[in-house]
Amino acid sequence: MKINELIDSHSELTDTGASKSAVVLMTRIRLARNLAKHPFPGWAKEAQKRDIRDQCMQAVAALPQMKRGLAIPVESLDELQKQILVERHLISRELCHAKSGSGIVISKDQSCVVMVNEEDHLRIQVLRAGYQFKKVWNTINTLDSDLEEHIDYAFSPKLGYLSACPTNLGTAMRASTMMHLPALVISSQMEKVVRAVNQLGMAVRGLFGEGSDASGSIFQISNQTTLGESEDDIIKHLNGVLNTIIEQELNAREKLVEGEPNKLSDKIGRAFGILQNGYLLNSSEAMNLLSLIRLGIDLGIFADTQRAVVDRLLIECQPGHVQHAAKGAFEPSQRDVLRAEKLRMEFAKMPAPDFSNVAR
Amino acid sequence: MANSLKCDLCSKPATVHLTQIVNSKIHKVDLCEACAQAKGVTDPGGFSLADLLLKASLNPEPTGDIRCESCGFTQQDFKKTGRFGCPSCYEHFSRMLEPMLDTMHKGVTHTGKIPQRALERKSLYEKLTQLETELDQAIKAERYEDAARYRDELHQVKQASGRKQNA
Repeated sequence: MKINELIDSHSELTDTGASKSAVVLMTRIRLARNLAKHPFPGWAKEAQKRDIRDQCMQAVAALPQMKRGLAIPVESLDELQKQILVERHLISRELCHAKSGSGIVISKDQSCVVMVNEEDHLRIQVLRAGYQFKKVWNTINTLDSDLEEHIDYAFSPKLGYLSACPTNLGTAMRASTMMHLPALVISSQMEKVVRAVNQLGMAVRGLFGEGSDASGSIFQISNQTTLGESEDDIIKHLNGVLNTIIEQELNAREKLVEGEPNKLSDKIGRAFGILQNGYLLNSSEAMNLLSLIRLGIDLGIFADTQRAVVDRLLIECQPGHVQHAAKGAFEPSQRDVLRAEKLRMEFAKMPAPDFSNVAR
Repeated sequence: MANSLKCDLCSKPATVHLTQIVNSKIHKVDLCEACAQAKGVTDPGGFSLADLLLKASLNPEPTGDIRCESCGFTQQDFKKTGRFGCPSCYEHFSRMLEPMLDTMHKGVTHTGKIPQRALERKSLYEKLTQLETELDQAIKAERYEDAARYRDELHQVKQASGRKQNA
């Protein structure tokens, strides 16, 4: 498979029928693995890095899960292609900046990705739309065990999987979900939630990980610690925290509907109006408007079937995707025109909202 | 000077050598020019060797002394990047690491998944090398009965692992 084929083909996140979950957009697990007796990518010499990459990419690409997928060195991707992969949550921003000797292997359905020579030799990642830790863990566990047949992992019985950064030792697992929490944001409770979640040993980040903002009221919540707990325990613990957050969000929604039905309807109705008629939309504004439409779907104002459309648009309104669709590189101001045009087109097709359940 | 002393703090060549007796114990320190200046060694009034030594042992500030034998990574490199150089660094820097892990994680011992195949391969490899060395030694010492035993054992282990791999 070639990179452009992959970009234009259906992906787990952009074309999924599984967008049934009201709050959890995506579940993802990442495992860090390293080759025994080899320097970590940050310390390896260029030649060593290339050797490690060749060895890893060969082993990963040969896995049945990666059949007919894409295996490519990072340096042969252009900036726009890399950006699109970041926007689909397939690769990290860090990998994009890797100078040389790094690589990517992506499965055909874009649900399994292995980054080679990012911070660790191998960053194995499985993602699925919706809230599905069990399925994601089973998939990644098998993938990891299969890979281990061909690669000697750096492992210590005491410290677990040895990673470049000691914060990842042990299971070297980061389990996360992307959550849509508009009601908690609207009712200014998010700060409180972030504090509580941090106290429970979990991290809250914006849509694109560390340092990114939370436009669209989308947050990534993940485990912070990796040593001293088994994978099952980490996931169980995380599940507990996530379920509480889901409950809080749903409560906050109920309160908004009960307390300020017209204010809420007004927000959602205006969002629909701007998406149908706007001519300039930057990505942050577009995300926030789409977020309100998604909330509207959850509240029964728009049809359930539109959720998959909104989830796709949340990714397609990102700068890389907008430029790819218009086949060229464009300045931010030109992108805002293109984005608005795309959203006008999409929302012209969407049936009018029905506020009878909410507004009074 | 073939074996010039290295600075205790940063491993540059040491030019300042100090001996102090504190509580009837001899303490020696070798420092480079820059570190001597920085620590106020050139100003005898304000300098105490004991302080310097105590500080170094209490909080593991980079001393430049510890270096990973496998990859050459130093403690200072770690202070700079927050990452290690290679898997063996975890053994070489274990003293510095342990208190860190305690604050960083839930526990200090791994309780999760174990890479079965990698460990099997590793123990098999170790077993084979051990038997091969013993066989060599037995032959050299003309202990032919032992040698025959090692040879048979080696053969058995190899066969057993071959069966496993094909299974």
